[in-house]
Amino acid sequence: MKVKVTDREGGNHELPFQEGDTLMQVLTEEDLGVRAECGGCCACATCHVYVGAQWLEKLPAQSEEELSMLDEAFDVAPTSRLSCQVLMTAALDGMEVTIAPDWD
Amino acid sequence: MTEQRVTTDVVIIGAGPVGLFAIFELGLLGLKCHLVDILDKPGGQCAELYPEKPIYDIPALPVVTGGELVERLMEQVAPFEPQFHLGQMAEKLEKLESGNWLLTTDLGMEIEAPVIVVAAGGGSFVPKKPPIPGIEDYEGSSVHYAVRKMETFRGKHLLIAGGGDSALDWTLNLHPVAASVTLVHRRPDFRAAPDSVEKMRALAEAGKIKFQVAQIAGLEGEGGALTGVKLKSSEVGEWVEPCDTLLPFYGLTMKLGPIADFGLNLNENLIAVDTEKFETSVPQIFAVGDINTYPGKLKLILSGFHEAALMAQQAFHYVHPDKKLRFQYTTSSSELQQRLKVA
Repeated sequence: MKVKVTDREGGNHELPFQEGDTLMQVLTEEDLGVRAECGGCCACATCHVYVGAQWLEKLPAQSEEELSMLDEAFDVAPTSRLSCQVLMTAALDGMEVTIAPDWD
Repeated sequence: MTEQRVTTDVVIIGAGPVGLFAIFELGLLGLKCHLVDILDKPGGQCAELYPEKPIYDIPALPVVTGGELVERLMEQVAPFEPQFHLGQMAEKLEKLESGNWLLTTDLGMEIEAPVIVVAAGGGSFVPKKPPIPGIEDYEGSSVHYAVRKMETFRGKHLLIAGGGDSALDWTLNLHPVAASVTLVHRRPDFRAAPDSVEKMRALAEAGKIKFQVAQIAGLEGEGGALTGVKLKSSEVGEWVEPCDTLLPFYGLTMKLGPIADFGLNLNENLIAVDTEKFETSVPQIFAVGDINTYPGKLKLILSGFHEAALMAQQAFHYVHPDKKLRFQYTTSSSELQQRLKVA
């Protein structure tokens, strides 16, 4: 199973995942500039991504905690997610993910 | 400016859990520590990022929150009377003729010691700068990431961005001083303290401030002088909100900062150390916790604790080159128990 990732320079990557990985774990396996500073506990908003719109409804619902943390992200869109809060399942095989802009 | 000079045994850069436990291990060997941290409180990431989050892999503590762990460490190191220099960044490190190091902070504090321990985790916590092209042209003149003096903003037309306590607190505190205040947040709900949010809403309803549900899309102005901020929202589209000052509050991020210029061997922004003493490429300078790297490194708090214990052995020899170090247990050594102030 794979996710299709677009990095900040527009480069494309296909990253393998297993059921039960978080999307953040999948993205940080490669050096794509996802900082994930808090290590995946929904406390920093540096793993912000945009998912392909058609995949939104297949994703786990957003918790209040994730919504609050997204307040510290920049350029938040309806397709924005914190990748540490997205648990991968077989239904997400082929999902498109774009990495959000980084902070200076 | 603080501008003060002190001499001690060890300077620890970073007051996170590993920096705090280093006080303990050094203290057992009779060494005194001064700590420098950019945050205004000890605890590092545990205090700043996840004070409420549970940690399950601290030996003998089946579950402890980040905040509780810091509290317990502070209690454990109290007998050693560590000196904290908080809200300051370790800025410059130079070798003195005496063989000691001199560490200077951005507030002008100078600390001299034979041993430096870098326990800086992911680096210094600094405000996040929004990725808006050209924002650096306005920084310091029209764009500020912190409020040092409220007077700076007297008579200004402020646009404050963010939904946390900093954004709300400064909206409330600066509105009597500023000519106008517009608060911009991406959604109607806030994570800030409900009391502040209520006060802000009351001010907005009374027309004393403006609250806009929107996100920043760009800056307008020239020569470092801001004339407006371009906002966008899904309901309205894009528009320009006139203002002369932007205060973005999007939380903190970690940057290695001046440590990169200390002359230590780095490996992808991590400090290379040996696994016997956790010493860097420069003698008398050690690195422990998340900031270091070595074959097999795991970024765990407990690994940092272990590193601190081994580091302390070698640090002792640098502070007391003529003394022999005897290995002792806290359970049985009256000397250690005296240092712990339990005997």
